[in-house]
Amino acid sequence: MNGTINLTLKVWRQPGPGQKGKFEIYQAKDINIHMSFLEMLDVVNEELILSGKDPIAFDHDCREGICGMCGAVVNGKAHGPKKGTTLCQLHMRHFRDGDTIVIEPFRSKAFPIIRDLVVDRSAFDEIIIAGGYISVNTGSAPDANSIPVPPQNAELAMDAAACIGCGACVAQCPNGSAMLFVASKVSHLALLPQGRPEAAKRVLSMTGRMKELGFGNCGNERECEAVCPKQISISHIARLNREFLKAGLFSRET
Amino acid sequence: MSLNPSIPSGPLEAKWTKYCSEIKLVSPANKRKFEIIVVGTGLAGASASAALAELGYNVKTFCIQDSPRRAHSIAAQGGINAAKNYQGDGDSIWRLFYDTIKGGDFRAREANVYRLAELSVKIIDHCVAQGVPFAREYGGLLANRSFGGALVSRTFYARGQTGQQLLLGAYSAMLRQVKAGRVSLFPRREVLDIVLVKGQARGIVARNLVTGELESYAAHAVVLATGGYGNIYFLSTNGMNSNVSASFRAYKRGAFFGNPCFVQIHPTCIPVSGHYQSKLTLMSESLRNDGRVWVPKDPKDKRRPEDIPESDRDYFLERLYPSYGNLVPRDVASRATKAICDQGRGVGPTGYAVYLDLSDAIKRDGKEVIEKKYGNLFEMYERITGVSPYVSPMMIYPAVHYVMGGLWVDYNLMTTIKGLFSLGEANFSDHGANRLGASALMQGLADGYFIIPYTIGGYLASDSFPPVSPSQGEFEDSKKEVSEFIRRLLSVKGRRTVTDFHRSLGSIMWEYAGMERSDEGLRKAKGMVEELREEYWQNLLLTGGEREFNQNLSKALRVADYLEFAGLIIEDALTRRESCGCHFNVAYQTPEHEPLRDDQNCAYVAAWEYGGKERPPILHKEPLVFENVTPGIRSYK
Ligand SMILES: Cc1cc2nc3c(=O)[nH]c(=O)nc-3n(C[C@H](O)[C@H](O)[C@H](O)COP(=O)(O)OP(=O)(O)OC[C@H]3O[C@@H](n4cnc5c(N)ncnc54)[C@H](O)[C@@H]3O)c2cc1C
Ligand code: FES
Repeated sequence: MNGTINLTLKVWRQPGPGQKGKFEIYQAKDINIHMSFLEMLDVVNEELILSGKDPIAFDHDCREGICGMCGAVVNGKAHGPKKGTTLCQLHMRHFRDGDTIVIEPFRSKAFPIIRDLVVDRSAFDEIIIAGGYISVNTGSAPDANSIPVPPQNAELAMDAAACIGCGACVAQCPNGSAMLFVASKVSHLALLPQGRPEAAKRVLSMTGRMKELGFGNCGNERECEAVCPKQISISHIARLNREFLKAGLFSRET
Repeated sequence: MSLNPSIPSGPLEAKWTKYCSEIKLVSPANKRKFEIIVVGTGLAGASASAALAELGYNVKTFCIQDSPRRAHSIAAQGGINAAKNYQGDGDSIWRLFYDTIKGGDFRAREANVYRLAELSVKIIDHCVAQGVPFAREYGGLLANRSFGGALVSRTFYARGQTGQQLLLGAYSAMLRQVKAGRVSLFPRREVLDIVLVKGQARGIVARNLVTGELESYAAHAVVLATGGYGNIYFLSTNGMNSNVSASFRAYKRGAFFGNPCFVQIHPTCIPVSGHYQSKLTLMSESLRNDGRVWVPKDPKDKRRPEDIPESDRDYFLERLYPSYGNLVPRDVASRATKAICDQGRGVGPTGYAVYLDLSDAIKRDGKEVIEKKYGNLFEMYERITGVSPYVSPMMIYPAVHYVMGGLWVDYNLMTTIKGLFSLGEANFSDHGANRLGASALMQGLADGYFIIPYTIGGYLASDSFPPVSPSQGEFEDSKKEVSEFIRRLLSVKGRRTVTDFHRSLGSIMWEYAGMERSDEGLRKAKGMVEELREEYWQNLLLTGGEREFNQNLSKALRVADYLEFAGLIIEDALTRRESCGCHFNVAYQTPEHEPLRDDQNCAYVAAWEYGGKERPPILHKEPLVFENVTPGIRSYK
């Protein structure tokens, strides 16, 4: 299980927002197969710096697959070839000696490029600002066990809440839709009794804001589900749609 | 300068209630007139921003990451403690308080720790109301599990993603206040200085990480919730952007630094696999609920672990500590693991690993039950190592994880600079010389949701605040200093990369100021760090410029601070003439190799004052007074 491989990297380099970018070719030599993808980029970057060139900019922090900060499109797939895995948790044992790897940023109208592989995903924060919460002030809550929650609901809510907000779903979607991201939050809160009072308002304001921010419509392509590193199911989109319909009825009634 | 912890008088149980009922209040109309800067959006910073804004203050919140949701709290796995006693197993506020004080080896303040235990119950209520999907029992009530250093089940959890769920709760609450117009967000900013005007903290200078510009912001008070500095050791379980810079700049401006040498090394992390390694991954302590730690009895036994029969295994934690067994506190488990490996009894390619085995639990409860509890941890392990823990036991080794040390704060969470507060892992306050598992999340949220909203009000109501503007002299001077520092770094033009320097610093610190320390080693480390720092300023190689997105430059600024701060860790370790909790000096140990405290002479908090450029720091001691518990021998046998 030990060994090293040699790779050719084709990496998107772009000096700044709105500037022209292009692919550059780098050789990654003697890459230990136990390295993570980002550690492989670290090695390439160290060499670039030593030869006086700018390293490849990429976002990352936890390197444990939970903060959602890393991400790039690798050989056409957001976060690369391994299912249910963020780029930082993708290990080089999944590549073969001599492979060429094409690395590009998450591309979407709503995620402008900042530099190389780094994009601006603040539109996701904007969507949450529109209503991705339960309105409760600190200190006013009743005892935590006063409202039992059926464990199957709590589990389903947790499945949805596992979203790390990385943006892979948007990058992979042919329409650049953020539906899986929005659905995971809507679904998480709609499944819990605490989230019900604002459910209608939440789904309307979050989906409305999503459209305003330049994300596309969901065309049921299911590409988002396929690349989601947390394997969030598109059944949450179905729940969002139900919530949306209910909310429509509700708002006509009132 | 005198060090006053400002602990309210009265019986322990009544201190906080009394404090809250007597504190000066800011009127609702006046709250709107106050600006508060919060640096950091982890559990501590996000919860503080939300709670302060709910009260009506204007809050400006800063973080390094592109979104506040990505602060390193997101990575916490195992859980959060609270004295709810939902399991009816004898838990109480007193017991949580006592476990925490004892777990910290009697080096924390009674009053702070008691308040923490008291507030723990409110945290769970609030988080449930926010929609945090905690694990539940069949009947729909909240589930618990056990963590190290406790004999009760008081840890609440959301699978192995508790930190993520709690942080998303706090983040959403904060974003609700963005919508309300009371919080403004400043992501991708790195705070590089604290600005004082007439002795009060009145603002910050931050670098915009996208444009590289320096920006100034003014306020009536500044809150630092910037997390821990564990990755001064290069390899740690901390996020790659963790740093000491904001705290260290505050230190240089007059905030005392508390117990910098108290660094926690977590026993169960995935071992190092090669020199390219950039960080280490934690395997949650919760695994020790069901997992057993062992090595083969015969060091030459090269069979696959699953083929080694029970009789040929040494379950060394259970053997050494029969009553707590695999659930001894972290420092104890880490040292035992290191000792076994140093004796040549470790496993794996390097010999620096032991097994953490859940096969008994899988046999007992079935794969499905174990998968539900730990599935995501098992997957993470397999993803990194290529080995499935369902088939073969995990291999683990200790790694730097958490710092108990941090800015010294009084009971109000205020530093020695007026109007500068510090919360969460960034302060030194509650965990003494060793933190118990699942207590950092509790502390971060107690500080942010429930303590700072009161104490900052008390400060704002009792002081006067002349108007300041971010373009006035003090801000300009500070900006000039920062920009001079940046230019000096960029002008070195040497031949060694930042990462290379950081790695060298880390290995010195791990070797001599890590799990086991000696006077000789520490002195040696001091010299080595000095030399490395000198070389840094002569031989650092940076690319790119100041006014651009330049990750390499950001890192160089952090490492520059680390190289200086390392000296303070070493100095603190050298001056503490005892072993306690995570600080283990080989000169002070019991015959069983447990830390030997000196309560006569060392029951103090070390609060270090910056002594000036190239001058030694000055030690102040805050005596720890125990009126409610008797410091005993911390036995887990
Ligand atoms: C892998 C892992 C697992 C853990 N598991 C548990 C657990 O199960 N239970 C438990 O209780 N504890 C756990 N801990 C510990 C706990 O997660 C942390 O101590 C806690 O989350 C720290 O929270 P915080 O808000 O103080 O800081 P952090 O969450 O670290 O946030 C720091 C914030 O400050 C910002 N910041 C830092 N420096 C600057 C600067 N100079 N300028 C601007 N912004 C800055 C960052 O961007 C970030 O927003 C774990 C820790 C790790 C590493
Ligand atoms: S770096 Fe955090 S998810 Fe990859």
